[in-house]
Amino acid sequence: MEFALIPPGKTFLFFIPNIIFSIAIPVLGIAIFLYFIFIRATPLLKAAPDMRWNNLPERIRQFFTMWLFQIRQPRYMFAGVLHILLFAGFLILSIRSTEMVILGVFPKFVIPGFNSLLGTLYYLLKDYASTWVLIVVVVAMIRRGIFTPDRYAVPSKYGKAHTGEALFVLAMIGVLMITESLFDGSLVSAQEQKAMHTELLAPLSLSWFWSKVLIGTSVSTLQGLHTIAYYIHDLTFFTFLCFLPLGKHFHVITSAFNVFFMRTRRGNIKPVRYGVSDEKLDDLESFGVKRLEDFTWKHILDFYSCADCGRCSDNCPANTVGRPLSPRFISIKGRDLTFRNYPIFPIGAPFKQGENLIGGIFEENEIWSCTTCGACEQECPLGIEYIDKIVDLRRGMVDEGVVPQSLQKPLSAIEKRGNPWGKLEKKRVEWTNLLPEDVHVKVLDGKHQAEILYFVDSITSFDDRMQAIGCATATILSHMGENFGILGVAEKDSGHEVRRFGEEMLFQDLRSQNTEAILKSGISRIITSDPHAFNALKNDYENIPPVEHISQYLARKIRDGQLKMKRLVNGNRIYTYHDPCYLGRHNGLYDEPRAVLDAIPGIKRVDMIRCRDRSFCCGGGGLMLFYEPEEEQRMGVLRVQMAVEAGANVIVTACPFCLVNIEDAIKVAGMEGQVEAIDLAELIAQYME
Amino acid sequence: MAQVFAYIEHKDGVLSDTAAELFTAAQKIDAAASVTAILMGTGDAMNNVCAEAAKIFPRVWKFDHSSLAYPNAEVVRQILVKSLPSHAIFLLPHDPFSMDLAPGLSIKLDAAYMADAVAIDGLDGTILRLVRQEYSGMAHTHIQCDVSGGLVLTLRPGVFQPEQEPSASGQVEDKSGEVDDVSVKRRFLEVVAAEAGDVDITKADILVSVGRGIEDQENIDLARELANAMGAVVSCSRPIVDAKWLEKARQVGTSGKTVSPNVYMALGISGSFQHLGGLKGSPFIVAVNKNPKAPIFQVADVGIMEDILEFIPALTEKVKG
Amino acid sequence: MDILVCVKRVPDTAENEIGIKADGTDIERGDLVYSVNEWDNYAVEEAIQIRDKVGGSVTVITVGDEESEEILRREMAMGADNGILLSDEAFEGTDGKGIASILKAAVEKGNYDLILTGAQADDGAGQVGGMLAAMLDRPYASLVNYIELVDDKKIKIGREIEGGNQEMNEIDLPCVLSIQTGINEPRYVGIRGIRKVASLEIPTYASSDLGIATNTVGAGSAKVKRIDYFVPELGEGAEMLEGTLDEKINRLIEMLKAKGGLK
Repeated sequence: MEFALIPPGKTFLFFIPNIIFSIAIPVLGIAIFLYFIFIRATPLLKAAPDMRWNNLPERIRQFFTMWLFQIRQPRYMFAGVLHILLFAGFLILSIRSTEMVILGVFPKFVIPGFNSLLGTLYYLLKDYASTWVLIVVVVAMIRRGIFTPDRYAVPSKYGKAHTGEALFVLAMIGVLMITESLFDGSLVSAQEQKAMHTELLAPLSLSWFWSKVLIGTSVSTLQGLHTIAYYIHDLTFFTFLCFLPLGKHFHVITSAFNVFFMRTRRGNIKPVRYGVSDEKLDDLESFGVKRLEDFTWKHILDFYSCADCGRCSDNCPANTVGRPLSPRFISIKGRDLTFRNYPIFPIGAPFKQGENLIGGIFEENEIWSCTTCGACEQECPLGIEYIDKIVDLRRGMVDEGVVPQSLQKPLSAIEKRGNPWGKLEKKRVEWTNLLPEDVHVKVLDGKHQAEILYFVDSITSFDDRMQAIGCATATILSHMGENFGILGVAEKDSGHEVRRFGEEMLFQDLRSQNTEAILKSGISRIITSDPHAFNALKNDYENIPPVEHISQYLARKIRDGQLKMKRLVNGNRIYTYHDPCYLGRHNGLYDEPRAVLDAIPGIKRVDMIRCRDRSFCCGGGGLMLFYEPEEEQRMGVLRVQMAVEAGANVIVTACPFCLVNIEDAIKVAGMEGQVEAIDLAELIAQYME
Repeated sequence: MAQVFAYIEHKDGVLSDTAAELFTAAQKIDAAASVTAILMGTGDAMNNVCAEAAKIFPRVWKFDHSSLAYPNAEVVRQILVKSLPSHAIFLLPHDPFSMDLAPGLSIKLDAAYMADAVAIDGLDGTILRLVRQEYSGMAHTHIQCDVSGGLVLTLRPGVFQPEQEPSASGQVEDKSGEVDDVSVKRRFLEVVAAEAGDVDITKADILVSVGRGIEDQENIDLARELANAMGAVVSCSRPIVDAKWLEKARQVGTSGKTVSPNVYMALGISGSFQHLGGLKGSPFIVAVNKNPKAPIFQVADVGIMEDILEFIPALTEKVKG
Repeated sequence: MDILVCVKRVPDTAENEIGIKADGTDIERGDLVYSVNEWDNYAVEEAIQIRDKVGGSVTVITVGDEESEEILRREMAMGADNGILLSDEAFEGTDGKGIASILKAAVEKGNYDLILTGAQADDGAGQVGGMLAAMLDRPYASLVNYIELVDDKKIKIGREIEGGNQEMNEIDLPCVLSIQTGINEPRYVGIRGIRKVASLEIPTYASSDLGIATNTVGAGSAKVKRIDYFVPELGEGAEMLEGTLDEKINRLIEMLKAKGGLK
């Protein structure tokens, strides 16, 4: 094939053959890049172990859906579409970019297989890709620089916004698009001038545009443009590559790995240390994360992968109510510390280690502020994990004794009495005295047997208001003719929040006591009305009979036609369902409770804007009830307002902690009489036939 | 006949309210007892407070010495050990000063010691029976003290209210000559006043506690005025803190402070489980609420069904007289 | 600085509802859980913080039965270096003064610059610290809520007095201080911490080891005895005041005066 223009590698700069640059730029670029990656990899190698090769089919599925198909991006529609276009453009143009680099040395290089229709189609596609990428870059620059979304703002305590870095990277991408297309366009224009065979340029694409614009330009000028465009592209390409590991655009490289290695299970908490069994935990010198290197390698990879998009914090209820926690900055501060302790510049600078994270980059209150609702992880397009990091940091604080007094009391009460209020063990069954006369609850203390265990857990057993949920649940099970019972005094707190607040050993004590009591009772399945207990038994406990939340049970009975409901009276009530975090996000139960509600004839139900996997945490359960956060307002109050905005006046939930928080919030917001809250089980107990 | 001595506290020339209470308690121990007030201090104000004490006690010992400008338990103890007769019964109010003085004094006098009595049954020979509280007031106990070798006893302030106006015309005896210059191992430096807003509701005897019934931030001032009139401290329930009408340090409840006052005025507080969890001991609870079903009425000693926004100003006015 | 902290095992009132046996001889102990006296816990935390600042050691000591060893371990898990258990059948029923004399004997076996106790306990009279100081002829301060080390001869302390005010003093070493809650934030002791110190040796001394004549301690020598426990009469629910607003207020003021709620 003949060229109308001399290929870049055969041109000269004064007397220097440009092929030197064609070779030197990639060689140097790749060398620098590899060196950067080596430095960045060092903390990963020093980090704690992690288990990320399990569950491969799920990993592959997540890789395709979340990475390749970017399914989480459109949750923010405008930014998401821009990103998908950019990402797709990158994938398409990566082949072309590689080809460009090689062309500088071997002008006649053709990618294997591209001497066919495939190649023609590819070149058409890449012409359009570079065109839309340039348009996206311009739109993104305007959006980033002028109409910046609020979630990009950086509170002053966290430093400055990275707008400069973002614009610089966008500019580099723009330059790559312009030079790549100019390289092609100038050549085609020259070929046309010389009436030689021309490659088909995609009509209306950027390259096509150049070829038309330059049609009157002299061949020598075109030669210059062709060569200059090539080397600017070459230089920009490698600058871009080497720039990536220096900041938030590292995600361009790490995202594929991060998504592949992201969590595949939900609702669970990582072990204290991978590879150390529960029995061997006593031998560990230290617990949890105290220094950077105590994080697992995946968690440091998370820091690298954060694109600073702010979606986590935008959805974080703690951040929304002004608690001193913003998940985004957990990652950003973690990344900045990693960069600081393992510096690239000055070259050869020594690595620093050993500094305490708490009191250093993280504050105690920041780490205790998290309700573990999971909204951040649900939103992150890159599969960054927060709950395990928070729990690991809490484990470290518990190990050092750094626990707020407000949490020490309930923890020690749980240790001594098995419930956070320190109530007498024998009072755990007193709620059964409130049951209607025809409802009998067996205590499975060896004398009685049953098929189903109703695991009540502490709040439903001891809190005056929440005992009504226990009564409603027992009434439903009794009405359905189930053979069920409770553990009574043998039941301890499920330990769900004990684990999530970092007191792993106490959790394991509670788990083994409950497990023993459950197995001894001889039941064959478990039902609970408390999503926290449900999640603990399902995801934290092992080798116990299957567990179901009452909403699942009810949905099943309704589906099978075994449970019929009376017509709902009082037509001016509008119901809305608040998804408890530990039913919804952590266990995927969104449809069952709604199906149960909708089975009540005559019910009017609306959904709040933030519902299902975007549900807004009510304020947190378990030990979070005792913690005294710094906050500007209560999560529950915001949630009640959301219900009102949706047009509802009855908030149905399916979790005793949600009910505590929401009922409290209704009072705080002064909306008694206007809005009420009720548990799903209570409602069904009222309306079942 | 028991020889009873009472340590009388005074400040800025004013006798403490506990003076009359100690006299009342002394008479409960033994109506026929000879009761002597002991006042320590320095300066002109001493004459005045001694004269005031003489209206209550038949006999007053005055110790006027520069080392007593601020009551230092170490100095006071040395004077008492020297001046008190053996086998005396020595009474003090139960307060931060007596916590410094009394236990060590009992050792030096080789006397029995008991603290924080809330009732006195009386003396039977050398055995004194009295009542105290344990476990934050959850249990009461009868205590028996062998006073044959003397007794140091502290009494809960506010409990031994005099039944009649004092009518003594006691003699003041100046014992200042018995005070030697003493070298002390503990030296008073200064009193750092509590910062405003730095209140400790857990130590207050009387709490005026407001809940959501207060309705508006501006109405918090109504509670403040009542508290000032009553000599009380303002506390509140959680919604008030959430609304940022009062600081967190004033919140009573499981997520706030645990308090054990003598009197708890629950104004517009419904009395949630979480709030009542912050009440320990056996305070006299006054509940004012317009909702007759408010759970607070179950636990209160006295209930009043009124709108607190009308009730508080009316009460404040009456209390001010 | 070598610091001795006197601690006590008490029923945990935060986690117990105290009931009284029908015959009044004792509180209901069947359902009780015990822990270290809350005030003592602050004293141990303070001692640990002082030691971490200037070096030295922290020893925790208690008079009690074998079960009291559990609280010594908890305090050692917090960071105390040593524990000493003073245990003897002859100690049973000892009054506050007797406890102070047993502690005095143990103090004299060691060499402590600073002795801390809790300001009080739920089942006590806030007496042992002051008595121990008097027996040892050392200066004493109660209700201490601030400690500042001045030099190795003296320290500056704050005491909590009425109205939340703070009385500042200078006090010579060696001395005895009783510690008020709120002086610090005691650290958390988890199950893991306790397991770590589970195998540490805790020496136990009986009266013979301390040179205490058994007739000077125990119930027999106590000048102060608890005769019984009882529950004062309690009404059911509130007494609702009726009448006009004025009448209610007048009645309330009478009641408040009787209860010391009006000064």
